[in-house]
Amino acid sequence: MDRLFDVIAIFSLVLIVWVLSSVRREHIRVEYSVSWLLAGAVLLVLASWRALDDSIAAALGIPDSFMALTMIAGAAFLVVLYRLSLRISGLKDSSITLAQQVAILEFRLEALNEKIQTPAR
Amino acid sequence: MTPTPKRLLILIPAFNEERAVGGVVGEVRAAVPGTPILVVDDCSGDSTRGEATAAGAQVLALPHHLGLGGCVQAGYRLAYQLGYDFVIRVDGDGQHDPRDIPVVLKALEQGDCEMVIGSRFVDGNGTHTSWLRAAAIVFFRAVLRPILGRPVRDPTSGFVGVSRTALELFSATFPLEYPEIEALVVLQRKRFRFVEVPCRFRPRRTGRSTITAVKSLYYMIHVLLGVFVNVLKFERRRK
Repeated sequence: MDRLFDVIAIFSLVLIVWVLSSVRREHIRVEYSVSWLLAGAVLLVLASWRALDDSIAAALGIPDSFMALTMIAGAAFLVVLYRLSLRISGLKDSSITLAQQVAILEFRLEALNEKIQTPAR
Repeated sequence: MTPTPKRLLILIPAFNEERAVGGVVGEVRAAVPGTPILVVDDCSGDSTRGEATAAGAQVLALPHHLGLGGCVQAGYRLAYQLGYDFVIRVDGDGQHDPRDIPVVLKALEQGDCEMVIGSRFVDGNGTHTSWLRAAAIVFFRAVLRPILGRPVRDPTSGFVGVSRTALELFSATFPLEYPEIEALVVLQRKRFRFVEVPCRFRPRRTGRSTITAVKSLYYMIHVLLGVFVNVLKFERRRK
């Protein structure tokens, strides 16, 4: 069982380093890295602090502390994914509106150019 | 005093329809001579834009692929900005017969409704419908009946005419991926009316439909969710 906690701790460390490295390379913007870093940090703390897991498991009525840890980890990642879904939806809406506006402006600009270039009778 | 004639725009959403769009534009020009035709090119990878222009249509070229709803809404937005009173949408794949445009226009001009649906079932003309689409139609007829408070025979038809009032609404709010069915619920939320008129449908001219059983299932779930979300908005508005 201890090994499983170690694996989770290593996984969360790798996640944190990976995210920080992506931020440094500007692959992820800082504001989007915060959720992942928080989730990784929570996971790291829980994986390293067995007494805390035991207390949480007891409070939730879960017989096994590792199960409590995985449940909390799962919930944390679901929250992160949900936040990202919200963000993606907002960006998609903006992108659609922007594309439509660009197309409309281009259309009207072309019409205007044609009007200017057509000699008045 | 003679009333100002109402302005009509024919809207043709098209994506990779180079082999069909020219013919559709030609047919529309023959059916309603002198009426402006706007092809909305959804960032096609082929020469749809060139074919449409060569056939005499104006082209609104989207900078990236938006899908059917985004494509149609772009056309609605432009039509609204340009002050059109009616817009009739005809698909770029040749499945809708442009000779029926006057039928749709006449229903719009009567002013009893905000949207007119060209229906392949009003006169039992749905012979060119695949079994997958037919199944979806039967399913959504049943779903929409209690929501709309009246039957709709062809809820998936894209042969649709809208008045300026609906144009204003759809410019602001329009379902983006599979728009036809959700658009009916959006209309209902605003207490707008629609009518169905009999129209001829034909097999698509080129290519083949990409609808598969899996896609149909995804389509049904997606649209069902969209309808449900719109109904929730409807209930909130009533309170």
